[in-house]
Amino acid sequence: MSTATHSWKGVDLAAAEHDRDDSGPPDARDRFYGLLPDLVAADPRVAVVLAEIGAAHLDPEKVAPVRDRVVNLGIREQLLISTAGGLALTGLRPIVHTFAPFLLERPFEQVKLDLGHQDVGAVLVSAGGSYGWPAGGETHFGQRDVALLDTLSGWTVHVPGHADEAEQMLRDAVARDDRIYLRLDGDSNAQPRSVDGRMSMLRTGSRGTVVAVGPMADRTLAAVEGLDVTVLYTSTVRPFDADTLRRTLGTPDVVLVEPYLRDTSTAEVSRALGGIRHRTLGLGVGPDELRRYGTREQHDVAHGLDVAGIRRSVTAFLHP
Amino acid sequence: MTTTRRPYDDLAGLMTRMTGDEKHDHSATSTLDVLWVLYDRVLRFDPRAPDDPDRDRFLLSKGHGPMAYYAVLAAAGFLDEAQLDTFGGWDSLLGHHPDRVLVPGVEIGSGSLGHGLGLAVGTALGLRATGRDARTVVLLGDAELDEGSHAEAIQYAGRAALDRLTAVVVDNSSASQGWPGGIAARFAVEGWSTTDVDGRDHEALHRAFTSDPPGDRPHAVVAHVEPKES
Repeated sequence: MSTATHSWKGVDLAAAEHDRDDSGPPDARDRFYGLLPDLVAADPRVAVVLAEIGAAHLDPEKVAPVRDRVVNLGIREQLLISTAGGLALTGLRPIVHTFAPFLLERPFEQVKLDLGHQDVGAVLVSAGGSYGWPAGGETHFGQRDVALLDTLSGWTVHVPGHADEAEQMLRDAVARDDRIYLRLDGDSNAQPRSVDGRMSMLRTGSRGTVVAVGPMADRTLAAVEGLDVTVLYTSTVRPFDADTLRRTLGTPDVVLVEPYLRDTSTAEVSRALGGIRHRTLGLGVGPDELRRYGTREQHDVAHGLDVAGIRRSVTAFLHP
Repeated sequence: MTTTRRPYDDLAGLMTRMTGDEKHDHSATSTLDVLWVLYDRVLRFDPRAPDDPDRDRFLLSKGHGPMAYYAVLAAAGFLDEAQLDTFGGWDSLLGHHPDRVLVPGVEIGSGSLGHGLGLAVGTALGLRATGRDARTVVLLGDAELDEGSHAEAIQYAGRAALDRLTAVVVDNSSASQGWPGGIAARFAVEGWSTTDVDGRDHEALHRAFTSDPPGDRPHAVVAHVEPKES
């Protein structure tokens, strides 16, 4: 598991990545930065809009020929989203990137109005996950992102569990016109899985269903080792694949394992299983501010998202 | 060149169809003359082809009190005048803040203050990146400039030398704390060219919008009208 962190403005990123164990899975954010200039060069519709974060990581030689479609606005996050809206109004396909709180929380009204109300699309790509830079603390934590987007309409939300998944989702997203959020996390599963927007079945059992989202997949499988449960994997949470959940449902008890705010998708399960008497347990990042730094693994433990914590919760809920 | 289908003198009657009032005070029409000059003599557009990618873009950032805007759009041929009678109704295309999805010719939905100039920056960047020389003109109010989002946009537009972008600020002295030193100075310090004009003087407005471009800079026109509370 990668434990690479990304400092403010990514200043220490290069050093951190050089130090990383090369045998681990690739980093989705590195992959994203590497792809951006090529995506812009390959499609005259594509534009990249940055608010400083990431600008230093793009290959300047590759950016030079497409510089009029690679825009760094400085640290101006309201303008970041408004500019994307304006670009989309002229027919371009903006890819917009910064850390999740600065992409969705600070300019939330711009996301609502300058994209949604204008009825235009964009590809919003965050980095940092929920606590990808644990020492960065609350100001840089992004666990509220998917729940916030749930208050808006028309958003597709991808939570890739591997850099290969992220790349495929990004390539698909730029070819479309709608509103897409791609949530990059420094955490990764060992291998990529299917990214067709549907849930895939990783294993079957009779005592309930555990839905693992994105980078939660490997640890969820480890956590339910020997337990009689079904495990579904999804890396696209909006729209939520209610059909597969219903179709594969045995005992109507569902555990969600999400890498962001706990219970973000509980209402989706409720809608999916409407009319069926069922129980749901949401696992994810807790709502309280912990005021702790440390490591990603320590935060996982604090929120019950480590292997032991997930196993404990699943066992208590399903008695498998 | 006149491109509107109705004369200026008809605008008051068109507005009355929305409000029912025979007389409109200045605050309700602070934008009227700026809008008229832009649509009558400055902007390049064809109401039969509202999606023409080479059209000039007009973005009404200050979406409050859009009666003057709708009246001018009707005069310009974008709107069926019968629509004006439905203003604000359930089935109407015309809300008290304009919605681009509903109203032909409206480039942005607005109403929440502080969004138009950022959208205009993106529009101007997009037109430049796609090699089009269309202008982007955005109308703001002096009180609307209070919004911090506009500071971000003013700063960036100047640094990015968006020379096809024009911001017109209709100043009816409605900002509670005012603008010591003037509104134009806020743009000038960020590298914009600026002009202060009488917002009721059609010839002066026309000159401000069409005089020789000042070079590689965005342009701010501060159009002064009667104070809102007078």
